[in-house]
Formats: sequence, C-alpha cells, structure tokens
Amino acid sequence: MAHDHAHDHPPHLAHHFDTPQQQFESGKLGMWLFLATEILLFGGLFCAYAVYRYMYPEVFDYAHQYLDKVMGGINTVVLICSSFTMAWAVRCAQTENRKGLILGLALTLLGGAGFMGIKYVEYAHKIHDGLLPGTYYDPGGHDPESLKSAREAKLKAAAAAVATEAAAPQKTADGKPIEQSTIAAAPRGPKGLRKGDGIHTETPEKADEHAAAGHVQPHGERPEGVWWFFGIYFLMTGLHGFHVLAGMGVIGWLLYRSIKGHFNKDYFAPVDLGGLYWHLVDLIWIYLFPLLYLIG
Amino acid sequence: MADATMTNPSAASTPPAGEMNYLTCARGWKSWFLTLDHKRIGIMYLIATMSSFGLAGLFALLVRTELLTPKDTIVDADMYNQFFTLHGAIMVFLFIIPSIPAALGNFVLPIMLGAKDVAFPKLNLFSFYLWMFGGIFAVVTLATGGLDTGWTFYTPYSIETQTAVIAMTTGAFILGFSSIFTGLNFIVTIHKLRPPGMTWFKMPLFLWAIYATAILQVIATPVLGITLLLLIAERALGVGIFAASMGGDPVMFQHFFWFYSHPAVYIMILPALGIVSELIACYSHKPIFGYRFIAWSSIAIALFSFIVWGHHMFTSGQSELVNMVFSALTFSVSIPSAIKVFNWLATMYKGAITLQTPMLYGLGFIFLFTIGGLTGLPLAMLSVDVHLHDTYFVVAHFHYVMMGSTVIAMVGGMHHWWPKMFGKMYNETAARIAFVLVFIGFNVTFFTQFIIGSQGMPRRYYDYEPQFQLGHQISTMGSYVMGLGFLLMLGYLLHSLVRGKKAPANPWGGSTLEWVASSPPSHHNFDEAPQVDDPYDFTGIDYKPDTDEYVFNRPRAAKA
Repeated sequence: MAHDHAHDHPPHLAHHFDTPQQQFESGKLGMWLFLATEILLFGGLFCAYAVYRYMYPEVFDYAHQYLDKVMGGINTVVLICSSFTMAWAVRCAQTENRKGLILGLALTLLGGAGFMGIKYVEYAHKIHDGLLPGTYYDPGGHDPESLKSAREAKLKAAAAAVATEAAAPQKTADGKPIEQSTIAAAPRGPKGLRKGDGIHTETPEKADEHAAAGHVQPHGERPEGVWWFFGIYFLMTGLHGFHVLAGMGVIGWLLYRSIKGHFNKDYFAPVDLGGLYWHLVDLIWIYLFPLLYLIG
Repeated sequence: MADATMTNPSAASTPPAGEMNYLTCARGWKSWFLTLDHKRIGIMYLIATMSSFGLAGLFALLVRTELLTPKDTIVDADMYNQFFTLHGAIMVFLFIIPSIPAALGNFVLPIMLGAKDVAFPKLNLFSFYLWMFGGIFAVVTLATGGLDTGWTFYTPYSIETQTAVIAMTTGAFILGFSSIFTGLNFIVTIHKLRPPGMTWFKMPLFLWAIYATAILQVIATPVLGITLLLLIAERALGVGIFAASMGGDPVMFQHFFWFYSHPAVYIMILPALGIVSELIACYSHKPIFGYRFIAWSSIAIALFSFIVWGHHMFTSGQSELVNMVFSALTFSVSIPSAIKVFNWLATMYKGAITLQTPMLYGLGFIFLFTIGGLTGLPLAMLSVDVHLHDTYFVVAHFHYVMMGSTVIAMVGGMHHWWPKMFGKMYNETAARIAFVLVFIGFNVTFFTQFIIGSQGMPRRYYDYEPQFQLGHQISTMGSYVMGLGFLLMLGYLLHSLVRGKKAPANPWGGSTLEWVASSPPSHHNFDEAPQVDDPYDFTGIDYKPDTDEYVFNRPRAAKA
C-alpha cells in the first residue's frame, strides 16, 4: 500500500481506499456477492417448487388456471420497462445528465409502484376467493353466510343419522342387525385435514353466477392438495414483492440524492449498484412468471 | 523518522509513551458504539461472543449437573430440554460461528493484510448491530417463551411444539444475515485491499482460512435463511411443505437445514485451522511446512463441505444409493484435514519450539482435533453409524471438533493476539495452569462420552439406565474442572488489563505483519506502509532478553 498521507483524497473516497477505482471495484464485487446470496435465498424456494411440481404435477396443472395471465403478463412488461429506465438512469449518471438521471429513477420507481399495484389487485382477488396457502385454503369462501349454514346443516344431518342408526339399528330380512361402523371412512391422505373439506362443491347455477362475476372456471377435476400451489405461489411472489419494495426504497433514496446533486461522472457507484439490484429483482420475476402462470 | 522506519520497522513499533493508539485515540461511549474502526468492532464482538460463551457454558454445566443421577436431579424433563436447547443454540449461533471470524478476524485480518480497514466499515458496524439485535432477540425468546426443539428445529416437531419457534427462527435468520455481511466484507477486503506486494501466496494462512470461511458464510447461509422462512410460513400459514400430515416432506427440511448447517460446521472449524497454522509456525520459530498445501486444503475443505450434508441423515430414510454416495464423499473430507495435521507436525520437526500458552493451545488442538476427526470416520461408515447414530458417541465426536478444536484454537488465538489487542501481557503461569485444567477437564468430560455412547447411551435423554451413571458422573466432574479453568482464565485476563505488564510490539517472535504494528496498533494500523515479505520468514527476528521482546533485524526488501 504505497500510500502517501499528503495526497489529497477526492471527497467521496473513503479513507481506507487508495484510489476511487479501488473503491468502485470493491463496491461492485460486494454487490455481486450480495446478489449471489439473494439468488441462493430464492434458490431454496425454486428447489421446493421443483420437488413439489415433480411430486404433484396435476396440482400445478390444475391450480395455475386460477392465476391471471393478463395481469402477470402486464407486470412482466412493467418490470422489464423499469429495468430499461434504470439502465438509462445509470447511463445518465455516468454522463452527468442530471435531468435524465432524475427522470430515469422516477420512472423506475413508478414502474415498481405499478407492479406492486397490480400485485395488490391479484392478491386481493385470491384472498377474496379463498385461494390461500395451506390450512387457509378455502375456495368458495367468498360466500361465508351460505357456507357456514351449509357446513352446519351437514354436521346436523350427520349427527342425526348417527343418532337414528344407534336408536334403531337396521336389520336384514332375517332380523340380524347390519353391522355398520360408526367411524367415518378415513379421508384419503391429506384431504381429511383440509379446512372446509367437502363443502366446496358448487351447484351449477352458482358456478354460472361465478363466471358472470368474472371468476375463473378451471377445467378438469380438482385434484388433492391444491393448497400446495398457492402456498408456493404466495411464498415466491411474496418474497419477490418484498424485494421489489426494498428496491423501491433504494431507488427512492437514489432519487433523493440525485435531486440533491450528489452524483457526477467520477462518483456514480451507488446508482450503478442500485441498478444491479433492481435488475436482479426483475430477473427473478422473469423466472417466476412462466413457472407459476404459464404451466401446461 | 520516516527513513528509520523503512530500514527498521521495530523503531516505529515502539512508540514513545503516551502516543495515541486505537484504544486511546477517541473517548466516550459514542466513539465505541458508532465506531467504524475494525479493531474496535472486533473488540466489541470479542466481549459479546465471550459473554455468550459464558452463558451457554453455564447451561452446559446445568445439563451436566442434571445428568448426575437418572431422573430428577435439579430440574424436571421439560426444563432439561430447554437447558440443552439453550446451550446448543447459544453456543452455535452466538458463539462458535461469529467468535473467530467476527471477533479475532475483524481485529487481525486488515492488519495482517497491511490494509487500513475492511472494505466496508459501515457494513461491518451494521453486521455487528444485526448480530446484537438477533442475539438479544434469540436469548429473550429462549428465556421467556422457551424452546425445546434443539438447535436444529427438526420438523415435524418444530411445527407442533407450543414453544416459541417463530421468534427463535426469526432471531437465527437475523444472525444469519449478520454472518453473510461479515463474510462478504472479508471476501472483498481480501480481493481488493491487498497492498502492493501482498500476493495471494504471501498471505498468512489465517487469511486463507478466513477467506474459505467467508465463502461458506456467503454461499451457505442464505439457504438457512430461506429454510427458516419456510418454517415460519409453515407455522404461521400451514403451507404444508414440511408437514407430512399435509403431504409434505419433513426430510426435505433436513436436507435444507443441513445444506447450510454442514458447511456451517466448517464455518466453525476452518478459521480455527487457520489460527493453529499461525500458532505452530510462530512458536516453532520456523517457516511453515507445505504452505500451499495448507492454503489449498482450506479451500478444498470449504468445497467438500457442500457435498456431504447427507451424512446427517443416514437414518432419516434416504435411499441406500444416496447414503453410500454421501458416506464416500464424507470420507474425502479427511484428506485435506489430514494434510493440515501432517504439515503442522512437519513444521514443528526441528523447530525451536517455545511452550508459551498459545503454543500449548496449538498442541492441545492437534491432539483433540485428531481424536475428533478420527472418530468422525466410524460415523461416516454406514453400518457403524446405524448403531452410533443419536448416541453420546456423536455428542463426544462433535464436542471434540467444536469445543476441543474450535474453542481451544479460539482461546489460543485470543492469548496469541491479546498483547496486540490490549497492549498488556497476562500472567503466563496462571495461563498455563488454566490450560491444563481446561485440557484435562475437557478430555475427562468427553472421552467418557465416547465410552457410554458406544455402549448405547442415547443423546438428549433426560433419564438413563443405571449402568451409565458412573460414566455420566465422571463426565460431569470433568465439566466442573473445565469450568474452573475458564473461570481462572477470565480472572487473569481481566487482571492483565489493569495490572498487566506493558506488551512490546512483538512479544512472541511472530513474522506476520501484525507484529510489525505497535501494541496496540495505531488508529490507522500502520504509521508507515509496511513492507510485505514472506509471511513465515523467521530469519532476522532476534530476541532481546533485556526487554523480553523480539525485534526485526533483517535487511528489508526495497519498498514495493
């Protein structure tokens, strides 16, 4: 470290670096390493996706029909455009085009907000329809009153049936009681533990009503374990959405600093690094979109 | 003065009395809590991790005390489960993982490299606070809500238990990110902040070890992060990914968990191996034998550690083929480990060995690490592991590696760099007595566990058959002796801060750059840029009996 205390540091050079070049390269390497950890973080979820899609292909095939391809597609376009405006902003920072930098960052921020807005609409729809992960999965839950009464009626009927059988055991022609187990048939596999099991069948009229109200009418028989898909859907898009929010925070901070005029052709590393992060968030979505929305 | 330091750096390393060093250059609590100086952050880590060690050690003694007799001795079974969970979780997440890289590494790494600081000082402080926050979060959770899953959080039990799994996993998640940022910082520092002349193969071996560790921290820890997030989702939303009751796969949790946690075992041991390379070379006063082999074996261990995780799951229902593959791969780890041990032995051969306290720990390490490593082989063997799995044999094995190796090396390194960190010498006699107590106590505690483990004593059990009682009691007595040794250590180290003799720049005859800096170093580490030589060139480092220190009396190469 041929370091001379007398030489004057540029204002943005931290004391422990010798040259702005060294500082810039350190920041770049650090950011790439951080992006690698982000990919590994998502890697766990992609791994879970691969394992369960392999184990339950019919679930993924059926359940993906509930996702709105149009909204997902628009969101993909929005994010790709925001990546372009981000790249543009970085270029403007390098050429000291302050207006372009501010405009580019503002548009990127707008893109992020648009993405989250559309995501909000999609999520609200899923929640409304009870298309939720795991034990919360309750399709048709949008009509709580009738469902509740249906469930109660069903329980009452079952209790009454048991009571009648106990009181007056059925007999065969020769007078021997028919041996009937009062223990309910074991639900096959995971089905028995699902919330609201057995009460989600819709009458044809209700289904038509649904279709009229803009709800999805999936093709094919509902397989076991649709909650798998929605668990993975919400985890993956949720974690991604969280990263979009974090990225928006970073871009907001960069925008603030750009307006303050902190960046110039010798010092634009934060814009560059923030851009790298935003492109990664974009890239992850580009994988999520086909994996979740475009199955089959 | 500038010219004099060029030819004889030791002149610069003994500053006149009253000259500022990193401890005295700024005062007040803010100068510590908001510091960006890697040395001060390292000291704060040292205090925090050693406090965690004390706390978790206390729980270890409680666990051992409970096991003096079958059934109730001092607490009931539920409390016992919480004790060993507290012991394991605090030791792993709050002590062993951060102790060497974050405490000693932070202090020593930039100085050994000849740099002024780590690459990202603010990120360094941020990871310290993340660690503090995660640590306090975890400890408060454990102390109030309790946790009885053990430190591995295995499903399905961790989904069903009523104790505070979500809070604890959140704490571990935060601690994980602290570890990632520390590793990231070190990798960039080593890549980008090496001064001219400091090529990769002129780096001290401790830096190679820290570098290998940092790779593991950066690559493995995010997977733990997502695993813990999935476990939280499992409990909060019931997504069913790890729940067999919903068609999920609990063994997948084990795969995810050990994909991180096996490399994490090497996050614990690799920096210890690096410290021992420094200790053996320094106190043999002889160039290290097989420098490149030791350096590359650190990298090899790091890479191998990613492909052996399945050996934790031999009895979890993996296919036979997978078991065989993991068993074979596990054996391969012994190759780079053995390379290191043989090179250390060859370094000592015909060396001028001085048996100061750090060297005692270095020698103790080689002994204990060899036992710990060799007992890993029967566990990697499928037919034997089926019998030894989940017995005290496993407990003894990993304590020989984690405690007997990592803690011993960490303590050895702490003694080695203590004069550098605080500018004070500790009482050598007291330190040697403490070493003997710890070394004997350790072996009594854990060697006994190999025996009762091979006889079938299952691990984690609260109650046991009367035939194991003698073994348990011997083991408990050993743990008390060890506790006494550590108490003595605390005493003389604190004493040295107040009454200790002033430390010279190079009390041990070390040849790496930190011994060129003054004790304690100045705020910028070096007043003049140090010259980079072969890190293990001991020629011209002469002992001066009147001041009890070593001085550099060699012609230095022209400044690069």
